Amino acid sequence: MASWGEASESRLIGKRIPRLSGRDKVTGKAKYTFDINRPGMLYGRILRSEIAHANVVGVDLSEAEALPGVKAVIQIVEVGNKIRYQGQEIAAVAAETDDIAKDAIRLIHVDLEELPHVVTEADAMAEDAPQIRDDWAGNQSNPNVREEGDLEGGFAQAAVEVEATYHAPVQTHVCLETHGNVAEWEDEQNLTVWASTQGVFGVRNDLAGSFNLPANQVRVITEHMGGGFGSKFGPGVEGRRVAELARITGRPVKLMLTRKAEHLVAGNRPSMTQHVRAGATGDGRLIAYDMKGHGTGGISSGAGFQAPYVYDVPNLRTERVNVAVNVGNQRAMRAPGHPQGAFAMDSLMDELAEKLGMNPLEFRRINDPSEVRQAQYTLGAQEIGWHRRNSVPGAGTGVKKRGMGVGSGQWGGGGGRGTQARVTINSDGTVEAVTGTQDIGTGIRTAIAIIVAEEFGLAPTDIMVTVGDSGPGLPSGGSGGSQTTASVAPVIKTAAAAAKQKLFERIAPQLNAPVGDLRVGNRTIYVVSDRTKTIKWELATGQLGMDSISEGGEWDEELRQGGVAGTQFAEVEVDTEIGEVRVIKIVAVQDCGLAINRLTTESQINGGVIMGLGQALLEERLMDALTGRMLNANLEDYKVPGTFEIPEIKSIVFDTHRKVTGIGEPPCIPTPGAIANAVYNAIGVRVRELPITPDKILTALAEKKA
Amino acid sequence: MPDKEKKQGTSISRRSFLKGVGTGTVAATVAPSVLIGGEKAADAQEGDAVASATIQLNINGKPYQVEVEARTTLLTVLRDGIDTSGNNVDLTGAKLICDRGECGGCTVMVDGSLVYACMMLAMDAQDKQITTVEGLADGDDLHPVQEAFIQHDALMCGFCTPGFVVSSAALLSENTKPTLEEIKVGLSGNTCRCGTYPFIFDAVKAASKKM
Repeated sequence: MASWGEASESRLIGKRIPRLSGRDKVTGKAKYTFDINRPGMLYGRILRSEIAHANVVGVDLSEAEALPGVKAVIQIVEVGNKIRYQGQEIAAVAAETDDIAKDAIRLIHVDLEELPHVVTEADAMAEDAPQIRDDWAGNQSNPNVREEGDLEGGFAQAAVEVEATYHAPVQTHVCLETHGNVAEWEDEQNLTVWASTQGVFGVRNDLAGSFNLPANQVRVITEHMGGGFGSKFGPGVEGRRVAELARITGRPVKLMLTRKAEHLVAGNRPSMTQHVRAGATGDGRLIAYDMKGHGTGGISSGAGFQAPYVYDVPNLRTERVNVAVNVGNQRAMRAPGHPQGAFAMDSLMDELAEKLGMNPLEFRRINDPSEVRQAQYTLGAQEIGWHRRNSVPGAGTGVKKRGMGVGSGQWGGGGGRGTQARVTINSDGTVEAVTGTQDIGTGIRTAIAIIVAEEFGLAPTDIMVTVGDSGPGLPSGGSGGSQTTASVAPVIKTAAAAAKQKLFERIAPQLNAPVGDLRVGNRTIYVVSDRTKTIKWELATGQLGMDSISEGGEWDEELRQGGVAGTQFAEVEVDTEIGEVRVIKIVAVQDCGLAINRLTTESQINGGVIMGLGQALLEERLMDALTGRMLNANLEDYKVPGTFEIPEIKSIVFDTHRKVTGIGEPPCIPTPGAIANAVYNAIGVRVRELPITPDKILTALAEKKA
Repeated sequence: MPDKEKKQGTSISRRSFLKGVGTGTVAATVAPSVLIGGEKAADAQEGDAVASATIQLNINGKPYQVEVEARTTLLTVLRDGIDTSGNNVDLTGAKLICDRGECGGCTVMVDGSLVYACMMLAMDAQDKQITTVEGLADGDDLHPVQEAFIQHDALMCGFCTPGFVVSSAALLSENTKPTLEEIKVGLSGNTCRCGTYPFIFDAVKAASKKM
């Protein structure tokens, strides 16, 4: 049975290894899709609707077509089509320069007949709201109802009850490299696309279908990728249209979304509003939970959230609907549904604990079924200094008040079948590892090198890793669900082991030893029972000549495991005069299974915490009900965390077992709840709406006073 | 700030070339007068469709002759420029991310000062020494900041990294021993979405010990 061995046996796995792409990234040499410059390349742009809801009456491309430097103009909507959100694609151009393309889209004349729109959930759910989806009466999906146990019986046992409404607004992904592609046709049957994507094979298959080509005649390349967070699967409208522009013009075309379009149409995290009534027994058991909630994923559905979350509740009823608004569609965003659900649940837990007169950590210990989190509570509480917490919320004196809170999360991340990989040993001693996954910034390229290098007794920098290219025809799944490492690692490990076995079979006769006695380490193959019998790595591989060893790998259930638990503790300082919340420290205790690379794992935890901090304190998509437009579709008014917001972050890689697990998403889950609870502990008034901005703090404080 | 997407009509006046001034800490420098060399540009009038000129820029110690329009930004030349011999300038380390002087993805040094290249017109960069992230290393010897960024994993997707590296190098050239607060101020004009900040702070501290 394959295994990763014991920690004490690992030379590289689990250590802190700088990533292989570091040098290219710090010198500016790393080429992202946005950086691809092909000979004769044109620049594409898309004209988008500024109107949220309209009938298309006319589109006139002629002036744009006549502009010198414009090589193609294509219409995307047809007369008679409906525009259903701001940013929807109307037409696209390809021109000699980006500036000419920009000029050209201004010369496209569009006649739109405006229709009544709704862009806020309140407007969409109002009684006299215009119907914007034919299939959803009142702009709402059919309720999704879940019932377990005996709800009324549960409430009958409750000693305390809390009833509250929690809200988290829509967030956008804010990928720093916007969605986009460079498309180039070699001939009419062969297309190459550089894509900013989380799934090269998904993009390949979609484009092959769109252009009716055999899949292997489309090659998709993603050498480096500037952030996706769940929003970059499939080529999208922009990807299909740039390939069309390249086909029409016979030249390569680059088309990247503008920053504004990125906010409008490239995905978002749905909102959540939940009204909860919950009860707990006198001895601290969560006993009844009744939740009615809604959220919006834009004009589409998909606004799910976790409720209840993490903690055991025997008696419950939940009812939720999706609300349609005239706004661009949601896409998966880092742990879809979890952070907003966790924020509400962890706020509720603290409210119940207070009514019980119980320490919120103690209340969690009683209701949390996860043994891992139970251990994490102890460790996290020690690290943050939980004993320093206000025993009476808001008890601090002075203008700036401090408080502490805790939040929890869980995720899967166990990977799955569907990855093919090849590990090759060449006669010059070099080793190559190839697979069709992609490095979206998480460091899978380096993880692959570590696994192969561990197997061969080499250094990670000795391994030439190729990912992000469908050309070699070795598929792997999209990088979503924190599945990449757990999907890829087992296949790479077995491929490397198979290649090593082949090499040992070649060398064993020379060393006069059975294959099973051979080991490799420190660039030398040796016989374990007689250490005097050795051969240097290069001398061994040199005998391969033209006959290099190249082996595929296999999926192995035993090498991976899903299901991770996480806990975070926050300490904040609230300025009660100006309402500002400053996070002082976050302790993130994250179950990581077997961390292949401890350094990049810590980076992921830091990153999750910071994204969660943004959701807690800063981020909100603002829609203008009157005009139907987004008010903050830029990086100035849509706030993401910057250097001043960054607290001390203690990211703890919590080792639980020796099987690979993905943790890209889970570290962002507990943060908003932990911060919200810390704010309450600091000032003694609860803000139940994210983001926790100064206006909300000041309003809450004023209401308390009144 | 005027919304350039919504400007009407085809005629482009020189006034409209000037983009709004950014609100980040690293302010873009926009010279009061626009120098245009070459005959075509000399004939340029308010209201002319497009005026272009051949200018020379000194980037990373190397001269580049490029044809630019009056509205062409320094960033456009670095990334998309083609010199008069037909070669791509191809210095794509600086990135266009926010396109309005907010995120620092396009940070370069001009005569030693930090500038957002998306906010500076190419013609205003004439007769100045421009240093991009590609020009920081001395051959194969990386700048201490670059070395520290690698060792401390001060990068994830890496898209914002060139901007952070240039800003960090500039910070350390002015203040060789910055405190954490000074590092936060020095890098406040740069934005990262992956959340790499803690390791960036560590890297800058580590690099400062080697300056």
